Amino acid sequence: MIEVRNLTKRYRGGTAVDDLSFTVEPGRVTGFLGPNGAGKSTTIRLILGLDRPTSGDATVNGRPYASLPRPLTAVGALLEAGDLHPSRSVREHLRWLARSNGIGERRIGEVLEATGMTEAGRKRARALSLGMKQRLGVAAALLGDPGVLILDEPVNGLDPEGVVWIRNLMKRLAAEGRTVLVSSHLMAEMALTAEHLVVIGRGRLLADVPMEAFLASHRGASLEEAFMRLTSESVEFRAGGSR
Amino acid sequence: MSAFGAAAAAEWVKVRSVRSTAVTLTVFAVVALGMGWLIGSTMEPGADLDDPLTAAFMGLLVAQLLLVTFAVACVGSEYATGTIKASLAAVPSRGRLYAAKMSAVGATVALVVLPVELAVFAIVQGLAGDAAVSWTEWATIESLLGGWISLMLLCVFAAAITVVTRSTVWTLAILLPVLFLSGQGLGNVDAIRPVVQYFPDQVGHVIMHMTIPGDPRFGRDYGAWTGVAILVLWTAAALAGGWLAMRRRDA
Repeated sequence: MIEVRNLTKRYRGGTAVDDLSFTVEPGRVTGFLGPNGAGKSTTIRLILGLDRPTSGDATVNGRPYASLPRPLTAVGALLEAGDLHPSRSVREHLRWLARSNGIGERRIGEVLEATGMTEAGRKRARALSLGMKQRLGVAAALLGDPGVLILDEPVNGLDPEGVVWIRNLMKRLAAEGRTVLVSSHLMAEMALTAEHLVVIGRGRLLADVPMEAFLASHRGASLEEAFMRLTSESVEFRAGGSR
Repeated sequence: MSAFGAAAAAEWVKVRSVRSTAVTLTVFAVVALGMGWLIGSTMEPGADLDDPLTAAFMGLLVAQLLLVTFAVACVGSEYATGTIKASLAAVPSRGRLYAAKMSAVGATVALVVLPVELAVFAIVQGLAGDAAVSWTEWATIESLLGGWISLMLLCVFAAAITVVTRSTVWTLAILLPVLFLSGQGLGNVDAIRPVVQYFPDQVGHVIMHMTIPGDPRFGRDYGAWTGVAILVLWTAAALAGGWLAMRRRDA
């Protein structure tokens, strides 16, 4: 379970996350939706303790991320898939992550197999396609067999086969009782995957609803239209309110 | 395994799993041995370079640029490639991650420098003939030990500075000219020597037999181990600066 309470992050240039509160429950895929620049990635970085909040807090399984003793065994995260050392091999990348959290060597082979990367284990990161980097990122997230998964734009760069693969993987992980938070700026993708939606715009919470309720309340409109309407209203409101 | 042990083990995998480590450290060994051989074979009894320790360390001081490059790249590459985010997600205790990284860099340098230093000295000793010094004399052991410690500290210093700058290029752009120029004698220019002699790359020179206290041109106002102690202070200051940067900034 992930709990975000009154989370705010201000930078010198403005506010990225603005008094945001929501809860991500286990056992279902929660879509974290918003236009580019809405604050999704910043929120995820705050949950993972990579950035310090200006105020408010975020907990995973009731604890701040930074206080988890072996965090990779509790939370698996996929951030920028391209964040790899170009000359380090796939297997060595997973190996340092495993060592850092006392995860056994056997698990590396397992996650490589689970992500279809067994053949690529000896490849250096610079030789990987974007799709393969995404798969490696998913492998890294699964390394500690965590109960909570946070995936930031996981379908980016995947071919259609990869998109279907990751969609089914997320559903399976949720069905196993795990907490799955997946961010995207693509409403259509979310509609096929998520059972619950958290929508933000300009760092503020716009909706925290089950997918079915969201669809019902926007009857007649397509998903993309409903999403656009929701987020554009927020943008206009914010622009008007701040001047 | 302890939490620190796990973090250090991970850092060790990072160090050995990138090609630049093998390249820079191999070139370091080749340059140190080659320079030692070159300088050793031009030694003349009675000349400035009649001390085999001086000849050995002249080679090592040229090659130290590669050690510093290695140390800086170990830290800088984390920021350049973005893996620092994964590192902090895996080891959220910033103090632990920082200590593990500095330990891995320092230990790797220490492990590589010791055999290279002994080999360079052995080559120079072989070329020195009558000028060869006793291996078991305290002056020899002291110099080899102090030189080893100094090179290791200088690398940890450079790695800690890189945590502040977060950039391989910027750190090298600052450190390499300093290291080069001092090797070319900036520390011996009378007008600035009173200050420059305390710079981190200079304070190891007494114990490395590059100068002796009291020498009118190259002399220092401190002794061999005092010089090493000053380098300890420099390293401690850089580590403190790196820690502040690590603790305060967002990843």
